[in-house]
Amino acid sequence: MSRVRVSWLAVIVSAAVLPALAQSGALDLPKNIEAGSAFSIPTTGAGKATLYVAGPAQALKREVQLGQPIAFAAGDLSNAGHYLAVLRSDSSTETGEFDVAPASTPAALSFLAKPSRLPAGLQNGITGAVYVFDSFQNLITKPTQVNFQLSVAAAPTQARTVTTSQGAAWTEMNSATKEGNAKFVAQAGNVSAARVIQQVPGDPCGLKMSARQVGDKLQLETDPLRDCSGNAVTDGTIVTFTESWNGSQTTVDVPLKHSVAQAEVPARSGARISVATGVVMGNEIRWEGQP
Amino acid sequence: MTRPLAILCAALAVSAAFAADQGSVQVEPTVLRGPRPLARQTESAVVRDYLEAWQTLSAAMDQNRADLLNQNFVGTAKEKFAVTIAEQAKLGLRTHYQERSHDIKIIFYSPEGLSIQLVDYIQYDVQLLDREKVLATQPVQARYIAVLTPTEVRWKVRVLQAESQ
Repeated sequence: MSRVRVSWLAVIVSAAVLPALAQSGALDLPKNIEAGSAFSIPTTGAGKATLYVAGPAQALKREVQLGQPIAFAAGDLSNAGHYLAVLRSDSSTETGEFDVAPASTPAALSFLAKPSRLPAGLQNGITGAVYVFDSFQNLITKPTQVNFQLSVAAAPTQARTVTTSQGAAWTEMNSATKEGNAKFVAQAGNVSAARVIQQVPGDPCGLKMSARQVGDKLQLETDPLRDCSGNAVTDGTIVTFTESWNGSQTTVDVPLKHSVAQAEVPARSGARISVATGVVMGNEIRWEGQP
Repeated sequence: MTRPLAILCAALAVSAAFAADQGSVQVEPTVLRGPRPLARQTESAVVRDYLEAWQTLSAAMDQNRADLLNQNFVGTAKEKFAVTIAEQAKLGLRTHYQERSHDIKIIFYSPEGLSIQLVDYIQYDVQLLDREKVLATQPVQARYIAVLTPTEVRWKVRVLQAESQ
């Protein structure tokens, strides 16, 4: 009898393999196999044949002896996917289909965190997305818990636990109120991935300047600039002083140094002087001359 | 009752006329997880590039040419399929995939915009050839998960994996 049949007694399936057999076509195959696990395909009959296993993710060809189980060692078929199997002998061709499922243990994470730099004290300003893979780089599509943690020195750690859907999980976090580097970690099982998020001071919470005359010049100076969380605004931030007098305008752009911006403009009686940085407007001074 | 329902379903499902090589293509309404909205143009580009990736995969597997994968695949998917093609070439095999239909649904757009995930209920015929001799032709229904990432000019497939339905 040339037809290959499954002999249940001959089935040698590893513990990781679900032994439900599909009645697909004439070749009976394990219906579900975990990637990388050992399994076997029982055959009956006699003589030599060739087994082909083909899918986009893997292709195999083996000379086999009918009547003997065809053994696949651990790691032989490691890529998750849908496979076509063909057992061909001189007198017959049997076909079947089966699926290889990802292993269930996370072994690698693809962690997308953004941004790498943001202002302190921003609600939901940090996002992280994770794809979870097994040791064979198969996307683990069964629900898997992912723990996200965002930690920064001298501030409480933020933590979220998210269950993956189709292999993906995401979260949003607030940036800390204090500037500094934060460590953003995603963990699934025993595997983790970390990213560093630089938290910088935000926009100044207020902008105030004062003026004093030195000779024929006005020396302008801001109070130390701080964001609304009290962090010193980053040196180098440009502050713009503008003097309007008699229909003309003089503008001076200066970078912050030690949180303070300083500039000199001509001292003209009746001049109006304003200060701004980014979207923040400061106070305005009307210069009437030295009191 | 069934007629209005059918009309509603038809209205919800965006049908697109693509090349006959891809068979019929159905794009289901997008229901996204995640906070990032998906622009219509992005959705169209992702679907277009995903379908093109299947064409490329089919040609690469049929001709045993891994170089063809560069156009539409990156990362894990490209590496795995390139290995398969090398295995096929070594064994004297070829596989020919003929798509019959796609039913695509975009399910996840990562918040930073660097990945899109979709599910495709696909039907295709796969033909296996050993040294130009056809061994078998099998109609297949499968559920594929794909993850695409943006590159300079197109979305490329980073993960393409079938799973049991």
